[in-house]
Amino acid sequence: MTTQYTSDRYEKTVEQRGEPQRPSGPAVVPQGAQPPRRGSTMQRTQLRTSQESNGRRARGPTHPWRVPVARTLGWFSIGLGLAEVMAPRALASLIGVGGEHRMLLRLFGLREMVSGVGILTQHRPAPWLWGRVGGDALDLACLGAALTSDEARPGRIAAAMAAVAGVTALDVLCSQQLSQSAPQQQGQRAESSVTINRAPADLYRFWRDFQNLPRFMPHLSSVRVDTARQSHWVAQGPTGTTVEWDAEITDDRPDALIAWRSLAGADLDHAGSVRFEAAPGGRGTFVRVCMAYHPPGGALGTVVASLFGEEPGQHLREGLRRFKQLMEAGETATTAGQPSARL
Amino acid sequence: MKALCWYGKNDVRVATVPDPKILNPRDAIIKITTTAICGSDLHLYDGYIPTMEQGDILGHENMGEVVEVGSAVKNLRVGDRVVVPFTIACGQCFFCQKQLWSCCDNSNPNAWMAEKLYGYSPSGLFGYSHMLGGYAGGQAEYLRVPFADVGPLTIPDGIEDEKVVFLSDIFPTGYMAAENCDIEPGDTVAIWGCGPVGQFAIKSAWMLGAARVIAIDQVPERLALAQREGQAETLNFDDEDIFDTLTEMTGGRGPDRCIDAVGMEAHGTSPDALLDRVKAAAFLATDRPHVLRQAIHACRKGGTVSVPGIYGGFVDKLPMGAVVNKALTIKSGQTHMHRYMRPLLARIQNGEIDPSFIITHRLRLADAPQGYEMFRYKQDNCIKVVLKPHDSVVPRQSTLHQ
Repeated sequence: MTTQYTSDRYEKTVEQRGEPQRPSGPAVVPQGAQPPRRGSTMQRTQLRTSQESNGRRARGPTHPWRVPVARTLGWFSIGLGLAEVMAPRALASLIGVGGEHRMLLRLFGLREMVSGVGILTQHRPAPWLWGRVGGDALDLACLGAALTSDEARPGRIAAAMAAVAGVTALDVLCSQQLSQSAPQQQGQRAESSVTINRAPADLYRFWRDFQNLPRFMPHLSSVRVDTARQSHWVAQGPTGTTVEWDAEITDDRPDALIAWRSLAGADLDHAGSVRFEAAPGGRGTFVRVCMAYHPPGGALGTVVASLFGEEPGQHLREGLRRFKQLMEAGETATTAGQPSARL
Repeated sequence: MKALCWYGKNDVRVATVPDPKILNPRDAIIKITTTAICGSDLHLYDGYIPTMEQGDILGHENMGEVVEVGSAVKNLRVGDRVVVPFTIACGQCFFCQKQLWSCCDNSNPNAWMAEKLYGYSPSGLFGYSHMLGGYAGGQAEYLRVPFADVGPLTIPDGIEDEKVVFLSDIFPTGYMAAENCDIEPGDTVAIWGCGPVGQFAIKSAWMLGAARVIAIDQVPERLALAQREGQAETLNFDDEDIFDTLTEMTGGRGPDRCIDAVGMEAHGTSPDALLDRVKAAAFLATDRPHVLRQAIHACRKGGTVSVPGIYGGFVDKLPMGAVVNKALTIKSGQTHMHRYMRPLLARIQNGEIDPSFIITHRLRLADAPQGYEMFRYKQDNCIKVVLKPHDSVVPRQSTLHQ
């Protein structure tokens, strides 16, 4: 299965997360492009690329908060762990094992709490859920061994084993699901935002004329506008290589949003959007760009990687900075070509 | 052209480099008539500022004559005499429009470097490391000035260079330091550091209504200048315990406003100052904040500590408890130059102040490396060195010796 970042995929992703769809039709509105709910959030992220710009680490459908079963299991781990640590004697009696296993129960409780916290807090909960499966096996083994003990109450132990087996099944199922969904996330994602001291309309107008983009996006050498919706882009890779693609506009809302995606056969399979949103208090415009791309392998992959910089979003961030400089100061700050004793 | 270039710690040389060119529409090129070595250049000389590169041209206290303007510069003409502020600002961004010129969003081409260290990037500066823009400085025959339509201040004929060249940095810097104190009538202002910025802070504190100014240093000629030109009471930290003396002088209350005009390379022989030296040498801390600690400690309750002194990185053992429990206000910042240049030029024009009083040495550009050494080690009573890049013969003189 080839992974293509098309608008369909994004909408599916949005749908899976159970979030309301934007009334945008075929718009490419990758996650994170939604306007922030409060200005303060925006200010914090000003001119920063999301820390989670790598798609594999991003909050996607694999995040436990998006998977109710995983979340439930996480809390279950913590609850059971607390009981084991704080009331080992009562618990031992409940499951029908002898009181001499208090220390073991406490240790198991710690293990439960660690996996619970891991599931609830980590961006990739699958390994932690597999950890739970291992713990379940250990629990079952210990319960089985306890059957032979003198103090054992076989009826209660059997009931406990049945309960653990049920949870184990749930753990295995959930772990498998989360592990399988991981490959879907192999695309790269880059997000960045900046506040510009101009009206949304001015910024939209400049950006919408795609031929302006090479003036501020690093490595982009030309954009040719073919039709109202289609354009041809050429980017410069290292050592004279070029990467080309055709793109089409997938959504265009004057003064607010432009979204585009590459067409089939592109060297760089990607989709992107830029939003313009008036900042509170008349303090300019928030500009947020979200790009999702699927890096090809091999030599072409190296070229594409160089277009986006060492870390995803690095060049996007610099591009936005230069966009701001052009729109505010009318030129981009530079020292290229100034004297020094190095020349 | 000839230019003073940085080659490493304690190593600056005059080298031949290409002439600067107009690179952007808002640029101008000026022929430097007078430039100066700043105390903050000594932080570069001592290797305290990161992201310097071998071959960088230094110098941020510049003035000269416009020789070329970019297509977008309409307010300057070839032949104009201008003083160039050391902070580079676009004039259009949120910060420039709030008069926070040294926080300009658009003038640092290497903003990403400063963001790594500071979270957000300040404006670009001339000749002050790549993290702060990497712009070539003006200790050279010519200088490229970005955003020349908002920065340079045109100087009318009839005022000589030496009276106005310090509008490029240290006079506004000393003035902003005093202004940041929010001086109220009756206030006592204590100023640590009697270098050039300290001297201007003393004068500015009087201008802004201080009732009493106390200046602290250890260098005799600097204390003498503070006394003679600045009319300040002076304390030598080699001779007395500064906290005890200040307490006694202020009737047990402490100075109302304190100014740290020293910065990250404070001298001192107290245990904390010695520990700072060890830590800085071992890269456990970058800055030596002995003066800042003392100013915070000595300041009266509810007072203000103003910090024009340069800090670059991280300080250790800052007495934050004293700041909180004495309800202190700390104010700092690179100088918002464009705010102060015009009003301070007016003060010079109406005779309130002649900033040339701090000049002790006038040198050719070729002698600039000796100037750095002299200034660094305070030889020959050196307080301020100005350079004349286009004069082949400059009489070397010390005003203090006259």
